[in-house]
Amino acid sequence: MEKFIKHVGSGVPLRRSNVDTDQIIPAVYLKRVTRSGFEDGLFSAWRNDPDFVLNQEAFKKGTILVAGPEFGTGSSREHAVWALQNYGFKVVISSRFADIFRGNSLKSGLLTVVLPQESVESLWVAIEANPNLEITVDLDSRTVSYSEVTVAFALDDYTRWRLMEGLDDIGLTLKQTDFIDAFEAKRPAYKPKTLPIRI
Amino acid sequence: MSKKEYTTEMGKTLAQKIWEDHVVRSAEGEPDLLYIDLQLIHEVTSAQAFDGLRLAGRKVRRPDLTIATEDHNTPTIDILKPIADPVSKLQIDTLRNNAKEFGIRIHSLGDADQGVVHVVGPQLGITQPGMTIVCGDSHTSTHGAFGAIAFGIGTSEVEHVLATQTLPSNRPKTMAINVEGTLKAGVTAKDIILAIIAKIGTGGGQGYIIEYRGSAIRALSMEGRMTICNMSIEAGARAGLIAPDQTTFDYIKGKPHAPEDWDAALAYWKSLYTDADAAFDVEINLDADELEPFVTWGTNPGQGLPLNAAVPNPADIADAEERGAAERALQYMGLEAGTPLKKIAIDTVFLGSCTNGRIEDLRAAASVIEGKKIAPKLRMLVVPGSERVRQQAMKEGLDKVFLDFGAEWRNAGCSMCLGMNPDQLAVGERSASTSNRNFEGRQGKGGRTHLVSPLVAAATAIRGTLSSPADL
Repeated sequence: MEKFIKHVGSGVPLRRSNVDTDQIIPAVYLKRVTRSGFEDGLFSAWRNDPDFVLNQEAFKKGTILVAGPEFGTGSSREHAVWALQNYGFKVVISSRFADIFRGNSLKSGLLTVVLPQESVESLWVAIEANPNLEITVDLDSRTVSYSEVTVAFALDDYTRWRLMEGLDDIGLTLKQTDFIDAFEAKRPAYKPKTLPIRI
Repeated sequence: MSKKEYTTEMGKTLAQKIWEDHVVRSAEGEPDLLYIDLQLIHEVTSAQAFDGLRLAGRKVRRPDLTIATEDHNTPTIDILKPIADPVSKLQIDTLRNNAKEFGIRIHSLGDADQGVVHVVGPQLGITQPGMTIVCGDSHTSTHGAFGAIAFGIGTSEVEHVLATQTLPSNRPKTMAINVEGTLKAGVTAKDIILAIIAKIGTGGGQGYIIEYRGSAIRALSMEGRMTICNMSIEAGARAGLIAPDQTTFDYIKGKPHAPEDWDAALAYWKSLYTDADAAFDVEINLDADELEPFVTWGTNPGQGLPLNAAVPNPADIADAEERGAAERALQYMGLEAGTPLKKIAIDTVFLGSCTNGRIEDLRAAASVIEGKKIAPKLRMLVVPGSERVRQQAMKEGLDKVFLDFGAEWRNAGCSMCLGMNPDQLAVGERSASTSNRNFEGRQGKGGRTHLVSPLVAAATAIRGTLSSPADL
């Protein structure tokens, strides 16, 4: 995974709440067996609308998506994260993310930042007034800043460290194999197994 | 091995007990490393995970705690012919090849245990109390009905579990939802969960494991309990569970993978309940006596009302964000505020999914439509949750009931619940669906979904407008 320390870019204001993962990428786009190429399905139902924010010339270069509350609800499809990344987004800001989406994003290196709804509203206004507004998302100091404004966000130390080091989660866990072996040695025999097959 | 212990003198909730029994390693400032007893695999969220293993030269740690089936993307007609869509075919073939390469048990199209992954686990008896269960699918919460911690994960986590049989996880908070009383005739588990989501909202369960409790929950069959736990994710919860009891034990007994050492398993299962002096972070109460058949009118599962109500007027909603969402929902759904829900005409009825595609759901719907005819111009798709459910239904003659009525009798799969295979709504087409999500475009681009119980689905198919059996 690529290290994430700081990102500077412009924003895209998505003034909608409850943007579920079916809207981020509908099921018909989930058939690929790779992690790339999902950008064509991103917000596909809305992309036909010329007024949709991603279709507006001013926001075409945006790398920071600023969305309404309850972003990423619904399906566990990590394709939603890949679609956003494949399109070019590095950060998503919202006042509330659905749990699974948030987990997926932080595993894949898409930084999801939780800000109070008032801060999201201010950011929307600022971006709409100036689509080229330079926004800095700094994971080291855990802040979002633009113009004269700086807002702090929370992210647990462990996840922050993992993102800043670009560490492979599986590699980290495999270092704990002794603990896993010890746990397995004590697992009760009545726990079910899928093999051998019983019918 | 160090285990995190609770410092309080108080008892523990069911979720806390199961969690603690699975902590492999716990360290200050890090998520708990949680052991996973079972991972279910399907074609849509696994290909990239297996690819990751191959790239890193890793193997599957416990193929014997892993099982795969094909469900999301599979056709429900002509299942033994080659899949027409080459992209879908590649995805299914990829799963089959990965299962073979990594030594994982798979139930493919045509096999008796093929079907929606959350129907297959319980019917095989590999879903048992006190387990941790994951799958790259948010409706994994279904398995919580057995008193297990079961939750959906993304593909990165699928890979993590394949490689390590563990998952670093932050301990969720606990929420109790107490449903006391007796359901009226015609009111089902689906109505309970739709009412709960309408009450707490699509984010109301965020960060929590919900434990469903109370006399109305205890009175439900295992299949009804699965319907409830299934939709925990629609309230944003990490998982939902119900303490195991005699109903649970009776359901598992005799299933292919029921424990051989039954007494040892049973002794453990009987310890799985929330202690009387345990405290939940939040408690919510619902009166079962008051509940009516529930349907959704909007584009998220929290936008639901009793069937006797009318489409709400967004102007009456105080919260600006919710008001805006309601306005957009009515526009998308093509509905006028004030229209009685029972006046809404339906084009397609979908009976199926991991929410309501089990044998009791098919029986309930069949009992309503038996000897009747489908409303003119309406189409009804009946998609059993698994091949085994389909065979059982045919043994009981339910296929004939549905076919005589004018419905289509299909093979097992996720089908129109998510519209990934050819079973989709057309633009503007309106469904009454026993599935779990009414999101924009969920069942097909431009499609409009009303979530309902199997009983409401059946009555609606007869009358052509949203209806309950009491309206017949």
